[in-house]
Amino acid sequence: MFEGYTASEIGAIFAMQGFAGLSLFCVFLLMALGLAIIFGQMQVINMAHGEFLTIGAYSTYLMSVVAEKHAPWLMDYYFFLAIALGFVVAFAIGWLVEFSLIRFLYKRPLDTLLATWGLSLIMQQGFRSMFGAREVSPTLPEWLLGSWQLSDTIEIPINGLLVVGVTAVLTLAVFFLLFRSRWGLKVRATTQNRVMAEAAGINTARVDRNTFALGCGIAGVAGAVFTTIASTGPTSGSLYIVDTFLVVVFGGAASLFGTIASAFSIAQAQSILEFFINGSMAKVITLAIVIGILMLRPEGLFASRVRK
Amino acid sequence: MITLTRRLVGSRSDLAALLVLAAVLLVVMPLTLDIFRLNLVGKYLTYAFVAVGLVLCWGYGGILSLGQGIFFGLGGYCMAMFLKLEASDPVTTAIQSTPGIPDFMDWNQLTELPWFWVPFESFAFTLFAILAVPTLFAFLIGVAMFKRRVTGVYFAIITQSVAAILTILIIGQQGLTGGVNGITDLRTLLGWDIRSDGAKYLLYFLNAALLLACIVAGRYILSGKVGKLLLALKDKEDRVRFSGYDVSNFKIFVFCVAALFSAIGGAMFTLQVGFMSPSFVGIVPSIEMVIFAAVGGRVSLIGAVYGTLLVNYGKTAFSESFPELWLFLMGALFIGVVMAFPDGLAGLIRSERLRRVFGRPPLAAVTRTGALAARDPAPPAASASADAALPHAPTGTDR
Repeated sequence: MFEGYTASEIGAIFAMQGFAGLSLFCVFLLMALGLAIIFGQMQVINMAHGEFLTIGAYSTYLMSVVAEKHAPWLMDYYFFLAIALGFVVAFAIGWLVEFSLIRFLYKRPLDTLLATWGLSLIMQQGFRSMFGAREVSPTLPEWLLGSWQLSDTIEIPINGLLVVGVTAVLTLAVFFLLFRSRWGLKVRATTQNRVMAEAAGINTARVDRNTFALGCGIAGVAGAVFTTIASTGPTSGSLYIVDTFLVVVFGGAASLFGTIASAFSIAQAQSILEFFINGSMAKVITLAIVIGILMLRPEGLFASRVRK
Repeated sequence: MITLTRRLVGSRSDLAALLVLAAVLLVVMPLTLDIFRLNLVGKYLTYAFVAVGLVLCWGYGGILSLGQGIFFGLGGYCMAMFLKLEASDPVTTAIQSTPGIPDFMDWNQLTELPWFWVPFESFAFTLFAILAVPTLFAFLIGVAMFKRRVTGVYFAIITQSVAAILTILIIGQQGLTGGVNGITDLRTLLGWDIRSDGAKYLLYFLNAALLLACIVAGRYILSGKVGKLLLALKDKEDRVRFSGYDVSNFKIFVFCVAALFSAIGGAMFTLQVGFMSPSFVGIVPSIEMVIFAAVGGRVSLIGAVYGTLLVNYGKTAFSESFPELWLFLMGALFIGVVMAFPDGLAGLIRSERLRRVFGRPPLAAVTRTGALAARDPAPPAASASADAALPHAPTGTDR
């Protein structure tokens, strides 16, 4: 596997593939954060979560088209607006979905899988009808292109840095929201003991709705930054959904730290293996190992709840 | 003897439903449809095997598998490998650089048959493999999951991931599996041309007969102690466990049966359609097959067949004329069935009014309480039906 490479080349390969894995890690993490919070609190899995990523990506695309046409002076900065727009649109749609669909199904988590799968079919076809089946990419601002030459053999793309930066900021924000805010207190109370939380005067239905919408909003941000590393099609989001589910389960539901650790290990393993064997086998091996570990440790790496 | 018949066919109305289904499949369809349409119905009926299996493991056992395509695919691929080897004899493949191996292997610069293809030259082994390979695989998944008490959403996600992995693997290993195109161009079975009209008729009847046999076998399982325990553990797994039963064994058993049925369906699919490809293995087909069972009524073996036929008929009719509309409809179907008709067609038929005529218990008690009831205490109906199924369990003391 390592024949024909010198030590420094291998170092460079690991650094560059590691950085590529970091971008993948960021998409996984932003997707999985939302899912993990939702799953931890309400025990439902949203099969349409990938479509919220797509919503964020298409919002960014629309934003870039509008900026290009009507406000060329905005082109350098529109991307930050697009991230905010991605969050707001995905948050709003997530709120609506919870209100009109999910809240009726909390007692039937398996049925939620089916209903949200139906939702994802509808959303995908909606994207296809609105934006066409062909993949689109927003026009990226100049400063996002190019790369940063670290050494002779190591090059770090700027867009990757942006992805990492946004992810770090957002993860910290979620952390503070959950563990340092009044609202986070309610969320954690509901997650730990719903009945007691209700008895203490927390409106858990409202907490549920906001949590669900927040999770979708984070996926929307994931979609916005996703446009810098890949083009967007109607099914872009659903490509990541299986990996994201595994990230959530592998990390141990409702554990923020576990989600980060599992997203990191899965993304890195996949990305580094990809260099040495072909991409599909890298994915097969990574996912198979994850499932193997899950069979030994079904509660995930960092389980915070007692097995029932 | 009387009890055996009773267990196989159920009550008088169950028998009537079975006879009606048999008449529809074996008499009405062949008489009214031309061979092209009949072949299409035959293809749909192969999915019904999966749906019937899902009724057993999901409707009754409460185990939602989103990876039944794995077993359908494994069964189908086993059959396809045999047929492909028969279709690639050295004479017909003489123009290849290595005659005698399947064409796609030759395109991928393989020079000899991979080891796991070799046993599939024997028809006896192939028949054995169609039944054994998927069942064994289901057994392994089942042991690994159920013995460690993985249930509910976790199990659904893991089966789904396994389906995804298998699809990626099949597509990635083009030289060994035929890749994304699958195994195509299958012609004869033991020298018998499966593409002729006569063969298609025969295969259709064989398929329908096997499906009816699976339904009867399913009913036999459900009418016995296993069936009662499955229903009980779906409602209150812990209580079954506390009564001294090893819950995981029952779950493994029913999951294996569902896999076996799916595998038979897969093999019949290959025979009737003439190819097998990874697009019948992955997440999308797997979850679509769940909706077939849900539309028919997730606790009705016969309903699953009608559900499969209905959804597929709709799919063919709509996707021919309005391909865009179809996905919206399919999505709406998923949501509608779950939200408004959790008991599916069978639930509509056995509704309150008809119940008075036939004197049946409503299905609602079975389906609605089957969910994990994660947040709130289950409605009283749940414990009532668990008690009914478990005479040994103490009643009303678990809360």
